[in-house]
Amino acid sequence: MFKQKNYLALGAVTLVALLMFSLPPRVTGRLKLAVGSLFLPLIGLVGTAQQLPVTAADAVLSRRELLQLTENLRRENDQLKVAALQAEATARENDQLRAALAWQRQMPWKLKLANVVLRDPANWWRTVEIDLGSRDGVVENLPVLTAEGLVGRVVSVWPSHSQVVLIGDPNCKVSALVENPAHDTGIISASGPLDNSLVELTYLAGGAILKSGQGVVTSGLGGVFPKGIPVGQVVDARPVEFGLYSEARVKLSANLGALDQVWVLFP
Amino acid sequence: MNALQTILIFAAAFLAVFGEAALPGLRHLLGAQVDLLPAIMVYAALNANLTVVAALAIFGGLDFDALSANPLGVTILPLFAVGFVIFSQREFILRKVSFAQMILGTVASAVVPVLTVLLLLTGGKEPLLGWGSLWQWLVMTAGGAVATPVIFALFDWGHRAFGYRPRTETSFRPDREILRGRN
Repeated sequence: MFKQKNYLALGAVTLVALLMFSLPPRVTGRLKLAVGSLFLPLIGLVGTAQQLPVTAADAVLSRRELLQLTENLRRENDQLKVAALQAEATARENDQLRAALAWQRQMPWKLKLANVVLRDPANWWRTVEIDLGSRDGVVENLPVLTAEGLVGRVVSVWPSHSQVVLIGDPNCKVSALVENPAHDTGIISASGPLDNSLVELTYLAGGAILKSGQGVVTSGLGGVFPKGIPVGQVVDARPVEFGLYSEARVKLSANLGALDQVWVLFP
Repeated sequence: MNALQTILIFAAAFLAVFGEAALPGLRHLLGAQVDLLPAIMVYAALNANLTVVAALAIFGGLDFDALSANPLGVTILPLFAVGFVIFSQREFILRKVSFAQMILGTVASAVVPVLTVLLLLTGGKEPLLGWGSLWQWLVMTAGGAVATPVIFALFDWGHRAFGYRPRTETSFRPDREILRGRN
């Protein structure tokens, strides 16, 4: 049944696979970049295709609708200007109080918009690729978010694109605190492979009093995510390990299933 | 088997991997993405030589891992294992029958993700697994089963569209020609 040629092919493929496993991570990263760059023309094509419906919609909108949209945007812009003024005043006051207490000054967030171009083809990881890379100043471990809340962190960077590991993936653990009087802190970890809108908040104190609807934000511990990024809301909680600690299910604020554009947070 | 068929196999693998990453429709609908590489491997194992099967496992596996968080090369061995077994038994398989293609697609699509996850766990990685993974595995298996006969039909169409037409035999036979008149 098996000819010598068959054994040779089997040996060759096994050798290639073993070689890949034994390569140092840096070399594997470069190889991944080389293979991934084969897809770059297609990624560009996808970007153009995503823009096509927008361009087509722009072409067919009536003048009346455009005027209505402009009016709405102008009104929203005025409201945001007032809110920005208030926030500026609060930030100034915050800076003065921090200076009075000799605390470190909080730096304002620097954000860059990125398009989500690809998703992980494997069902056992939750990652996406964005169209910002090392050319745009992206480095590993930068937080990624939407206007609704935290999305994840940058895990691999290539010149023109980066891979973002999403919150809920086993490789994206986030220290978070519950917005309750005790400010209980825990670790956000994966919940299940099917529902990507729910995550587990684990290692909460045994006596933590958690109620459905309480907000969960990043705690700032760990050094990757700054404090105060919204993560989600508590759905329910239960004691584990005979009440030694508690766990809570958290509904994420950001809709990870419909990510088109995200913000990369620069230090 | 010719160069065109080999090119079509590799182009299909490349586009399949890209499609899986770029089109999340099925994932939104069913909660899992269908992997088309095992189905393409079934076609290659039944129609191509072992060198193409091995090259497809390496090329397809590397493509898949490059767009995924998988360690590079982890998909090569599962794909080749499936291709190698089908290739070594292909004399006993009715490769033109859609039902046989579907059964092979089912088995290949079921085995490849299981072997890949086992390799990941052996390598100390922590993939996202749970009871929901069972549903995802069923979707991948069913998707592969449906996709395999479709892929066979597409390859046949591609071969007819881009390949040379087979020379048609005429009923005229010179040795049977009745010669009339005197020479």
